[in-house]
Amino acid sequence: MKGRILVVDDDTALSEMLGIVLRGEGFEPFLVSDGDHAVSAFKEFSPDLVLLDLMLPGKDGIEICREIRAESGVPIVMLTAKGDTIDVVLGLETGADDYVVKPFKPKELVARIRARMRRTDEGRPESLEIADLVIDVPGHTVKRNGSSIALTPLEFDLLVALARKPWQVFTRETLLEQVWGYRHAADTRLVNVHVQRLRSKIEADPEHPDIVVTVRGVGYKAGPS
Amino acid sequence: MSIDALRRWVSRAPRRVRARWRSSLYLRVVATTLTLSIVVVAVLGQVLVSRITSGLLEAKQRASLIEAQAGLNQAQSLLAASDLSEPSSGEDLISQIALQLAKRGGGTPRLYDVLVLSSSASLSQLGSSWPTEQSVPQTLRTAVQDDGVQASTYTQITYDDGRPPVPGYAVGSPLEVPGVGTAELYYLFPLTQEQQTLDLIRRTLFFAGVVLVLLLGWISWFVTRQVVDPVRYAASIAEEFSAGHLAERMRVHGEDDLARLARSFNDMAESLQLKIGQLEDLSRVQRRFVSDVSHELRTPLTTVRMAADVLHESRGAFDQATARSAELLQNQLDRFEALLADLLEISRFDAGAATLEPIHGDLRDTVASVVEALAPVAERNGTSVRVQAPKTPVMADFDPRRVDRVLRNLLANAIEHGESRPIDIRVAGADDVVAVSVRDHGTGLRPGESSLVFNRFWRADPARVRSIGGTGLGLPIALEDARLHGGWLQAWGEPGEGANFRLTLPRRAGDEVRTSPLPLEPADVRHGRRMPLTVGAGVSRSGTPPRNGNDR
Repeated sequence: MKGRILVVDDDTALSEMLGIVLRGEGFEPFLVSDGDHAVSAFKEFSPDLVLLDLMLPGKDGIEICREIRAESGVPIVMLTAKGDTIDVVLGLETGADDYVVKPFKPKELVARIRARMRRTDEGRPESLEIADLVIDVPGHTVKRNGSSIALTPLEFDLLVALARKPWQVFTRETLLEQVWGYRHAADTRLVNVHVQRLRSKIEADPEHPDIVVTVRGVGYKAGPS
Repeated sequence: MSIDALRRWVSRAPRRVRARWRSSLYLRVVATTLTLSIVVVAVLGQVLVSRITSGLLEAKQRASLIEAQAGLNQAQSLLAASDLSEPSSGEDLISQIALQLAKRGGGTPRLYDVLVLSSSASLSQLGSSWPTEQSVPQTLRTAVQDDGVQASTYTQITYDDGRPPVPGYAVGSPLEVPGVGTAELYYLFPLTQEQQTLDLIRRTLFFAGVVLVLLLGWISWFVTRQVVDPVRYAASIAEEFSAGHLAERMRVHGEDDLARLARSFNDMAESLQLKIGQLEDLSRVQRRFVSDVSHELRTPLTTVRMAADVLHESRGAFDQATARSAELLQNQLDRFEALLADLLEISRFDAGAATLEPIHGDLRDTVASVVEALAPVAERNGTSVRVQAPKTPVMADFDPRRVDRVLRNLLANAIEHGESRPIDIRVAGADDVVAVSVRDHGTGLRPGESSLVFNRFWRADPARVRSIGGTGLGLPIALEDARLHGGWLQAWGEPGEGANFRLTLPRRAGDEVRTSPLPLEPADVRHGRRMPLTVGAGVSRSGTPPRNGNDR
């Protein structure tokens, strides 16, 4: 699989270096240095993943993230120079799947990208049911009463991970490992933010969820099917 | 209130009064004024009363003597004019004379009474309203009889008819009565009038004195208030100011000394506020600068990092020198990154942007995970790590990320400086606090170094070979982490004995640490010591080091 990656970063040296590394890893990068052109480049290039710097001249990363998310569920990984600021949470809330803090090791970045692009393509037909949702795993669709619900691949993976073992309580760390592919403890805010996003799409009442249930002090589990 | 409580209250009363006395200028000034004015008024009153008394009595005395002399003269002229041919009528004559003399004294109340006494003859009483013979003191009679001249004295005039005795003045003179011999003529002047006058004067003076004293007390209170109130006001403003309300200013009234005080205070506050503001701005700019620099460095560092990585990956294709260069570049970039990360972390503390994210957890778990994480490093150094922990959970509210970082740092340091000797980690809990200590048996610390280790970029021995290679910010960050928990991070060390680092945290987030369940100075060293020596960098929330003697 030759992944197409849109790199949006205003630092040309970093962009170029990212291009070299990604090409070396067998990806096909496309570089954009201006926030104003990012969305049109996205439409033109239709990448499999977007690497997005948050601090950009012109249109900023958060806005681009929102616009891309409005029309596509393609994975977005943020590049950020500030590991603990409000920007990260804001980026995740507007739909970014993951983030990498500068300075990052190339291997780390590639691992993050691969984790996001890894699709469970192979597979026998598998259908899961949880609450009133029907999940077609190979088909990547979630339906309620016959009408499908649009989820991003990440949200879909998260839901599938929970729905496959409805008897199990998942800690945030376990979910980070299974869904995001982190091997070491990482930012559990990733899980919190995406569970919120997932709930807002699949729950009848996101304030009182009964599909993705919080287990206080432990983590999350799928509600009774 | 029970008896005991009452007794305690009473026994504490003097201390309360003393404390009030020391703390209240009002009380001191008013009390002093009252005491002094009472003394002055009392002395003045006493002097005044005695002067008036003696003046009154002297006047009375003079008038009495003149009156008595006149009476005597009259008596003698009456005697001379009388018919002395009838000796038997001597006593009647005397009675008549006495009556006549007494009549000059006016009606009731009479100005004086007259008594004619004789040692040789019995003279009949003149009436029931007349003074008794006892009204004339024996000393006076003796003086009149023996000396034969006029004499006088104070006395108590008593009456037969049950009237109360009154103070009086008695004047006596010998009276030659032909045919009878020598009789004595006594004038008795009651001092009732004078007594009343004196009583009135005393009463008036007493009330005047009381009023004067009270007035003085009030005046002193009033005057003190005029001075003390502005001072108290100034003190309260100064307290507000020192509590951090830098905009506090005093109101300025008029042109007096207090107004000057207020103006000077305001000037001082103004310039302090300005200076503090400047320093704050400077420090904010400084911190901002450090943070910005760190952030700005990140993007190029990322590029360099990736470039180095690409070079490192393909170093097999380079000649030896270039390949080694790529390796060095890679290694130093790791160091550079660690340094930048630490620098950012410390700038976050400096900016006050660090926040605690506590969980309620078992400290033993964190210790175990740190030991596990550093096991490969310990193994490479040939160091064994021994953990002594209670069987029961050591629960506390702590930020696992920060405590993990602190312990990782302490253990890494211990491995680096432990000279491959075993490292002892102790975990303990007390009522309100939990603690972990990390002890190595390496080179130890020289005197004074136990506080220096927490300084930024401090190096124990620049010549020492570094195996793990810290950034020089590890312990300062650990110290800030401990501080953020409201806990302590302290160091002990002695040359040849190794070092001991102790982290003490409150069980409940936000509490204060007062003691630690673990000794800072290890027991094995303490027992073998001749001379007590304690060193340690204590950290409490307020920033003042706790006294090491207390928390053992």
